[in-house]
Amino acid sequence: MCGAPEQTAEVPAGVDLTKESVLVGKVTNGGSPVGGAYVRLLDGTGEFTAEVVSSATGDYRFFAAPGSWTVRALSRSGNGQADVAVQGPGLYTTEVPVG
Amino acid sequence: MSRQDALVTADWAEENLDAPGVVFVEVDEDTSAYDGGHIPGAVKIDWKTELQDQVRRDFVDKAGFEKLLSAKGISNDDTVVLYGGNNNWFAAYAYWYFKLYGHTAVKLLDGGRKKWELDGRKLDSAVPERPQTSYTAQEQDLSIRAFRDEVVDAIGTKNLVDVRSPDEFSGKLLAPAHLPQEQAQRGGHIPSALNVPWSKAANEDGTFRSDDELRKLYETEGLDSSRSTIAYCRIGERSSHTWFALHELLGESDVKNYDGSWTEYGSLVGVPVETGDGKS
Repeated sequence: MCGAPEQTAEVPAGVDLTKESVLVGKVTNGGSPVGGAYVRLLDGTGEFTAEVVSSATGDYRFFAAPGSWTVRALSRSGNGQADVAVQGPGLYTTEVPVG
Repeated sequence: MSRQDALVTADWAEENLDAPGVVFVEVDEDTSAYDGGHIPGAVKIDWKTELQDQVRRDFVDKAGFEKLLSAKGISNDDTVVLYGGNNNWFAAYAYWYFKLYGHTAVKLLDGGRKKWELDGRKLDSAVPERPQTSYTAQEQDLSIRAFRDEVVDAIGTKNLVDVRSPDEFSGKLLAPAHLPQEQAQRGGHIPSALNVPWSKAANEDGTFRSDDELRKLYETEGLDSSRSTIAYCRIGERSSHTWFALHELLGESDVKNYDGSWTEYGSLVGVPVETGDGKS
């Protein structure tokens, strides 16, 4: 639970986690955060949905409907991906290792 | 128009950073991206504060565009090379906007900021000083801009291409998945619209797919090439990307961008709206 306050801080004011599902997490390389990575949200069929650039602390954030998602990161130090299953509203935290 | 006229590669850009008469312009959704580092010598245009009228919901007028480009040090004769983040969404939007006001030589950097960064090419935080010019714009070329009445009339008669993600098209989401959900009053799409997400026109690194791949894509998705086409998204930036693919790369003749897009259409009273995937 030690990560909880930080995750809360990543969700902007006005976002109601009882209504919206929010995907957050860090892009990492060997455990260190990777900033400036291109983080792509792909749907259950692998189709592109959205893209953000990870923050200096490696963080990304997406709003998504329930379903199966893949978070894929492209960076200068390599690419990587992780799957997330969104069942309903709430915060989903997933680390995406690259290398 | 063809790929050669409309797109430049990152290699070409790197070789022409100091070429006389070539101006690099960054236009980003994240308007602070430029400040942290940009292609050396590039100037910045803020799509929110500089391309939009700050009172009316419309673009800056002809005089406003002339004033803006003059202040940026861009001449009528300059070749403007646009690039940006987010797979060139807003750079494509600016490209369309420059065409709207009749700029002759405008090009898009293939892959935009993403490819440039992933390639590890040089970024610079110095802001160039360009001497003021006296820029003259043309009247808006409305053959590439669609307004709401025309869009309503196009239902079932023209190709309407909704380039948003499937969840926005179906009405599950009101905005792309990386943005807070806001804007239009209703979710869904314009009846008879095809859903061909803009991303299908791009590779993972942000470059455009080949002409053959693009042609095949729109054919497979059911675009009738004998009909005129109107592309839309949420606020007209992603649809500029598709407008660019259809009009500038594939050379389709009558393609318009509906910049009012879903933010306007999904808030109109009395117009038909469809939800679901549009395939039933």
